[in-house]
Amino acid sequence: MQMTKYVIKRILLMFLTLFIIFTICFVLIKSLPMTVSGGTQDQTQEEIARLERLGYNKPVMEQYGIYLKNIFTEWDWGTSWKIEKNADVTQVLFSRIAPTLILNVYSLIIAIPLGIGLGIFAALKKNRWQDHVISTVVILFVSVPSYVYAFLVQYLLYFKAGAFPSVIYSLADAGKALGLTDAAVQAMIANGESWRLWLSGPMLYSMVLPVMSLAFGTIAGLARFTRAELTEVLTSDFMLLARAKGLTKAQATTRHALRNAMVPILPMIIGEFASVLSGSLIIERIFSGPGVGALYLNSINQLDYDVFMFVSMFYTLISLSASILIDLSYGFIDPRIRMGAK
Amino acid sequence: MKDIDINNIPKEKFVLLENRDLHDVKFDTKPIGYFHDAWIRFRKNKASVTAAVIILCIVLFAIFAPLISPYDVSYSETGYSNKVPKDKFLSNFGIATGQTERKLNNNGYAKEIGIGIAAADTDGTGATWAEGLNNEFCPVKSEGDVYITEEKEYRNAKVDVYLEEGFRYFTVTDEQLADIQAWEQETGKQVIYPMVDTRSEYCFDANDANCWYKTRPGSLAPVRTVIGGTASINLSEIDTDTMVLEDNYLRDEKGNVLFKRGIGQTMWKIRVLYYNYYQYKHGFEPYHVFGTDGSGYDICVRLADGIRLSLLIAVAVSLINFTIGTIYGAIEGYFGGWVDIVLERVSDILSGVPFIVVATLFQLYYSAKAGPVVSLLFAFVLTGWLGTAYRVRTQFYRFKNSEYVFAARTLGASNKRLMFKHIFPNSLGTIITSSVLVIPGVIFSEAMLSYLGIVMLQGDSGTSLGTMLANAQGVFTQYPHEMLFPALVISLLMISFNLFGNGLRDAFNPSLRGVED
Repeated sequence: MQMTKYVIKRILLMFLTLFIIFTICFVLIKSLPMTVSGGTQDQTQEEIARLERLGYNKPVMEQYGIYLKNIFTEWDWGTSWKIEKNADVTQVLFSRIAPTLILNVYSLIIAIPLGIGLGIFAALKKNRWQDHVISTVVILFVSVPSYVYAFLVQYLLYFKAGAFPSVIYSLADAGKALGLTDAAVQAMIANGESWRLWLSGPMLYSMVLPVMSLAFGTIAGLARFTRAELTEVLTSDFMLLARAKGLTKAQATTRHALRNAMVPILPMIIGEFASVLSGSLIIERIFSGPGVGALYLNSINQLDYDVFMFVSMFYTLISLSASILIDLSYGFIDPRIRMGAK
Repeated sequence: MKDIDINNIPKEKFVLLENRDLHDVKFDTKPIGYFHDAWIRFRKNKASVTAAVIILCIVLFAIFAPLISPYDVSYSETGYSNKVPKDKFLSNFGIATGQTERKLNNNGYAKEIGIGIAAADTDGTGATWAEGLNNEFCPVKSEGDVYITEEKEYRNAKVDVYLEEGFRYFTVTDEQLADIQAWEQETGKQVIYPMVDTRSEYCFDANDANCWYKTRPGSLAPVRTVIGGTASINLSEIDTDTMVLEDNYLRDEKGNVLFKRGIGQTMWKIRVLYYNYYQYKHGFEPYHVFGTDGSGYDICVRLADGIRLSLLIAVAVSLINFTIGTIYGAIEGYFGGWVDIVLERVSDILSGVPFIVVATLFQLYYSAKAGPVVSLLFAFVLTGWLGTAYRVRTQFYRFKNSEYVFAARTLGASNKRLMFKHIFPNSLGTIITSSVLVIPGVIFSEAMLSYLGIVMLQGDSGTSLGTMLANAQGVFTQYPHEMLFPALVISLLMISFNLFGNGLRDAFNPSLRGVED
């Protein structure tokens, strides 16, 4: 009961925050000088009707009302004027989620087992040379920014070795690598089967470098966290008891230490998964990824208001719900931790 | 009983109870305060001390490099853009030699050697291949054997990219010409070399002053004229001691080589050896110890400037966060109750605002009015102080009901005194540590925002580390040095500040040793 109350409270608060940020974003972005498509003479009837409907010619506060009303009554978040002319912004965003999602899931698939594995290994070999090597490498990789790795792998593996492409393929490139014609690729996109291209082998091959650059930091972060947690658990009294009652070191570690160490690690992983949707702006930029990050940057550079609003709200929603999810997962994993309790 | 005036007891009525000095037992050791204690612990942590030294070195570099260097931040020389590092002293050890490895075909090789030959040929009477090869201005410093790929001859050569600029055409006035000639007289260095007949059919590129020898029309291949036409030169079979490239120099009717060509009434077109012309213009030879970037800026000086700006922003953010966070957290924690509830909700909402959105909006909205640096500062500060406030609040909750605080309150200490004199010093260690750890975060975010093009901190007056990275991104496969130095400095700063911060935390709070974050 307390839990439900807490969840409801958090969700309500989240929507309040979202609403406030929505208002701030809207007011600020609308105070910038706007230009919609070339000039009035270039606008088609359809565009003029859209502009009229969105209230672009009215005062800002009135536009705000119209915008809110459209969202609540018809889920109409507006129109993209620059990036994909006259397309619905929800469509513009959702068509770009796939590459971002796939890229980040790949990197997590590599990073989570490696990170936790290294952390466990370092903790078990605490203060021996293996631990010192891992800890040194980890502090290097945690501190060095992801874009520096990105440049490094691009320089070494693309430019020097020529082993991997330097940019993420577009759907057309992936189709070409699979031996499909442009028409076939177009047909697949039209049929809603573009995910098959996103998951295809050539696409994975082109994503190796960005996945590596994303994974380095996560591996190091997870390894450091796991090591710290596990060393603490390994020295606790119940471990002594476990050994005293006759368990071998391996049994005690797997049955008691690891389980307890996982309590703070799992929420961290859940948080990582929750934020895969928002992806990494900088890695997408370096590798010209066609995902959400690129869309956001374009919407800023080209001042595509409605796209900017929608993507900003998308980002905010993800970061807010990730933090709720992390807090809640503590309670689920370890019932002793009661969120919201005094 | 006689009344005693207690305010006026005569001195002689007092009797010394015990006739000896009263004092505390003297410590054999000196007393150690909190900060001294922390310092002793910090000193023992080798990694943190190393990190502190590295930070100090980087700061010293940022301060002194522009003072020592002959270049300043706004210096840009487009003639020497994208040049690799070169330093007079370091080149003795084989680093920063200003040379790059080039794969040259025959025509390209002839052009490189041609620069040396032309420089050796000071008066237009001709110089041999060997003279050109050994000339100090010859860009080719060492070369490998010829090899054949797809029936074409290639050779790998180490080329000095500064000398590779070779010659250039300039249009000058009479006074400028006289000035250059006076400088030539004074220093004995030749700037003006024979003018090329750019209208000759054998001149490959009329705008490139390095095309001074006869080439096959429409090609860079050097030729020699024979009766009735031209003959190719086979570079692999030439006799370097006697081989002379046929020149295209501009001559008067008597066949004397001309050094200038009149343009209009008062202007002259001249052909200058750029390396010497550079010395005439600036007074020193071009040595860029970290190389130059695409706009011809000196990377060393720009880097120092970028470090200064990035560090200044980071330290300013850290200080502002410290101040706001401390006051906010102190009020929250000390008063508690509804004050705490209201203030917590405010910070809850603020903490939900994604930083990237804030930075973007501030940049779009305020950078025109307040400048990009100030609006960046605002963006960092808007949500940055929340962490400090949270920590201070926790510490206040911990200490505000301690006995010593009650004692101080009983003695009449004011709220302000209780908060900042009695409770706050307890949280100082934690807060100093977190303030130091803010610095690498800010440097990282600034670099990221500049890189993404959301923030523009660029211009003649300076730059930031992230902007340097962003500028280098397009060309770093060809010119890795432009990326290497800023990336190295950012990485070093991040690592050092993290290690330094961890060391501080261990020193201030020994009980937290080994606990991450």
